[in-house]
Amino acid sequence: MTGIALVLGAVLGFASIKFKVEGDPLVEKIDAILPQTQCGQCGFPGCRPYATAIADGEAEINQCPPGGEEGIRKLADLLGREFKPLSEEHGVEKPKSVAVIDEATCIGCTLCIQACPVDAIVGAAKQLHTIVAAECTGCELCLAPCPVDCITMEAITETVDTWKWRYPVVEIKAA
Amino acid sequence: MNNSPFVRKAASVQSVMLQVLLALVPAIAAYVWFFGAGILVQLAIASAAALAGEAAMLAIRGKPKALFLTDLSAVVTAWLIALTFPPIAPWWLTVTGTLLAVVVVKQLYGGLGQNPFNPAMAAFCLMIVAYPALMSQWPAAGQLDFKTQLDLIFGGLRQVDAITGATPLDALRTALRSAANPDSQLHGLRTSQLMDGPAFGLLGGKGSEWIALGYLVGGLWLIRQRIITWHIPAAFCGALFASALLLWGMRPDAFASPLFHLASGGAMLGAFFILTDPVSGATTPRGKLLFAAGAAIFTYVIRSFGAFPDGVAFATLLMNILVPLIDMKTQAPVFGHKKD
Amino acid sequence: MLRKLFKFHGGVKPQTNKTQSTTEPIASVPLPDRLVIPLHQAVGGHPRPLVQPGDHVLKGQRIGGADGNLSSAVHASTSGIVRDVAQAVMPHTSGLTTLSVIIEPDGEDRWCELEKVNYRSTPPDELRDFLRDAGVVGLGGAVFPSYAKLKPGKEGKLKTLVINGAECEPFITCDDMLMRERASDMLKGIVAMRYMLQAEEVLIGIEDNKPEAVASVQAAIKASGETGIEAVAIPTRYPAGGAKQLIRVLTGIEVPHGRRSTDFGVQCFNVGTAFSIFEALEHGRPLISRLVTVAGNVTAPRNYDVLIGTPMDHLVRLAGPRPDTDRYIMGGPMMGVRMPGFDVPVVKATNCVLVGSATMFPAPPPEMPCIRCGECAKACPADLAPFEMYWFSRSKNFGKAQEYHLFDCIECGCCSFVCPSHIPLVDYFRFSKSEIWSREREKESADGARDRFEFKNFRQEREKQEKAEKLAAKAAATREKVATEGAATPAAADGEAAPKPKPSGDDAKRALIEAAMEKARQQKAQVAPKNTDHLAPDVEADIAAIDARRNAAPARAADTPDA
Repeated sequence: MTGIALVLGAVLGFASIKFKVEGDPLVEKIDAILPQTQCGQCGFPGCRPYATAIADGEAEINQCPPGGEEGIRKLADLLGREFKPLSEEHGVEKPKSVAVIDEATCIGCTLCIQACPVDAIVGAAKQLHTIVAAECTGCELCLAPCPVDCITMEAITETVDTWKWRYPVVEIKAA
Repeated sequence: MNNSPFVRKAASVQSVMLQVLLALVPAIAAYVWFFGAGILVQLAIASAAALAGEAAMLAIRGKPKALFLTDLSAVVTAWLIALTFPPIAPWWLTVTGTLLAVVVVKQLYGGLGQNPFNPAMAAFCLMIVAYPALMSQWPAAGQLDFKTQLDLIFGGLRQVDAITGATPLDALRTALRSAANPDSQLHGLRTSQLMDGPAFGLLGGKGSEWIALGYLVGGLWLIRQRIITWHIPAAFCGALFASALLLWGMRPDAFASPLFHLASGGAMLGAFFILTDPVSGATTPRGKLLFAAGAAIFTYVIRSFGAFPDGVAFATLLMNILVPLIDMKTQAPVFGHKKD
Repeated sequence: MLRKLFKFHGGVKPQTNKTQSTTEPIASVPLPDRLVIPLHQAVGGHPRPLVQPGDHVLKGQRIGGADGNLSSAVHASTSGIVRDVAQAVMPHTSGLTTLSVIIEPDGEDRWCELEKVNYRSTPPDELRDFLRDAGVVGLGGAVFPSYAKLKPGKEGKLKTLVINGAECEPFITCDDMLMRERASDMLKGIVAMRYMLQAEEVLIGIEDNKPEAVASVQAAIKASGETGIEAVAIPTRYPAGGAKQLIRVLTGIEVPHGRRSTDFGVQCFNVGTAFSIFEALEHGRPLISRLVTVAGNVTAPRNYDVLIGTPMDHLVRLAGPRPDTDRYIMGGPMMGVRMPGFDVPVVKATNCVLVGSATMFPAPPPEMPCIRCGECAKACPADLAPFEMYWFSRSKNFGKAQEYHLFDCIECGCCSFVCPSHIPLVDYFRFSKSEIWSREREKESADGARDRFEFKNFRQEREKQEKAEKLAAKAAATREKVATEGAATPAAADGEAAPKPKPSGDDAKRALIEAAMEKARQQKAQVAPKNTDHLAPDVEADIAAIDARRNAAPARAADTPDA
């Protein structure tokens, strides 16, 4: 018995060195599911802090409106937790959209540039600002700081390049 | 409205199943010729039970009855059960076996296409474990008239032991074991001498070897119709022949000949009709070869060293378990990725 | 000489239905009232519009310029007035719109000035630019810009140039008719391609159900006196006309998914493409028309030479559609796509307008469960296991579907064609592919957002640090200055101050902070009004309100504990 214990102990010890994982893989996995909108609607300053909080058991999995129901399901699957509907106090799921600056109204105050978490707005002081649509995550953080309310959210429309074939399953049911 | 392709070949599950049923007809004819019309009664009982069981389960599961009952898959299962059960099995045995196959092994797993095990073989195994005596009593060819058979099926007094025996496969094995025993009368007799009895025919059992020929004919027709491929029958027969040849070649007095193995029991039925069930069998060409060869080796081992009269059913189930692994590991290289 | 042919795995033999549309010669189409020419018709970047509403354009005039690495120009198919440059429904199942140039023909059909080019005396790069600007793309259906394919591999030459005249799709006969009627011109195009690719041999693969086309091409080769070009009759089996399958049949080479065929010394072009290359080089005519088969539910199936942009219903009317017509299919019955309407335009990809009805192409019987019979695997020309991919696609297990080589699927439809359970297998594969692409796009943008977010945090952190360092340095400098001044003064006045340097240091610090705060106050006072000079009064009112909100904000922020 002692021999077995020693051998197993050695094996485990060896394994813990050999298969040591760098960083916190759980946080990485959660972060990979989160939409990276960086909107802060979850109550944390960005997706990664929220991921860390989930991993530490300090946050619920249903606080991310952009991730929506699908995101919550994936988190529930990953963490083996129960699925919960999106918590209403954190917001509602909206179609993916991008911010658009009305260039006639923009005064070039740079406040939105500072607010943008992903540097998707280009411009300089007293210069017109423009949003790089491809990099905009639709977090809406630029809406509030704008002193002249020149930013609006526009839903992304489907194009032939983003169009998707429908799921073809038709369940056979008794007539 | 559907998308491309807008044209389709006229093919359906129903036509596939219908052709399988047709392919069983030659063997059934031989069965009737040698053993009497009792088998037709069994086929009818099993079919009725299968359709009733399937209909009930479809109703419970909320699936369209007309669509799934007419696909004939339940009837194929029923016929395979009737053909593997003793022809004089009491009606309730056939009904229980069929219901087990259709309700438990097929429908509870999700119905058509979802069952990991061959329903007929699973039912056979369950019944032979539950009712070993009833499942092992076979009449000899021409021994019983139709009326006696009906009496036996529908429960007249059963004195089956007196009038029936084991299958030739069973009989030969028992005899071979006795021959190995120095105290037995049969001690020292050769296989060919042991097979001299009234139960044995040219190759296998008297009459039953003709049924096997019927399966062979029907099976070859199925290959010609492109319902099944040659892989499984060839690999099964080849591997069974090879394993039998190996031991028989070493000790012809203690083991049955390869041809006897091929012509007896469920070998031909298994090779062409049971192992070729696509739902529970392997699907890749290489996988089919492995799957059938494995089943043949298990069959031979169970027949020669096991406690049951035939090994095809157990071998089928054992290999069914391995199917996902076999299929996964034998995926053929795709276009442009072949090494040659 | 009998050439050794190779076989590809699988394939099916649907009813070919080709004889109906080959009885009459190719016909022309009267000018429609309106041409709708989508700018994006080929694989690659969206061409930018070169005309504006109201412009008068001539036949062959470029209206869309190639944009980006891989893109192909678009031209006016006839002379007339540009009515609009706007979104119009495109010939695609989705029914989505795309930027199109809408031309009202003036009836004169007047060509613009055409520029010809001698391919033998022009450098290859210029030749490719010429073909790009002539809008020549693959006419077999894939519409890949031809100039991009007319580049030999690394070795600078090619073993085999395969010309695809197989035309394996049922109903379609436009390539057949082209080979019958225009073989010698097509051959000149082939000779030019062979020159550009420095190909050793040219094999023209034609399914053996088109003996007239084989004979016509062989006669043209003989008449031209060219050597090293051979018309090869290949067994009729769908999809022998798939580029990969045809290359396999003629050369035995299997080009894997994601690899260039030139890496294997082969390149493949459609016969129609060869003809349009001839037109472009010899006559300077850009690709503004193509042959289109009109077949199916019509009384007189036939091939037409159709201007790009012609509405399909205008074309179909000539062939006499039957009254129960309920759909147009672009392409054949195996791979064709259902059109969202009847007035969508003929584009460069339109080889056939297949007119359909519920009786001609009935909806498939109800989908039964898969019984793993393996018929689909037997029929698959890409050696795939469709029933396994189906299972994983259905359960949305896309990773597994890809492990079973989902992206090697060419969507030929053979699996759906043979399935006894009537499962629309190809639909599942299309679904999976588009879902995987969309997820990859999403993942890419999420990864990008994460990187930029992390970089911004890093940058802010760095700026803060730099600022702090700068401040610290400045503070140290000031303190030093104050200290030396402070030390100098008392030392000059009396000796009492000398033993108490500490309070003097405190005073200095306090002075510093006050100075900084004053500066900050000034700055703050400056910021807001600067931005809002010369504004309308209502905007100024808005700003005032926002300022009030903003001033309230720090108070709120102070309540919230730091995260």
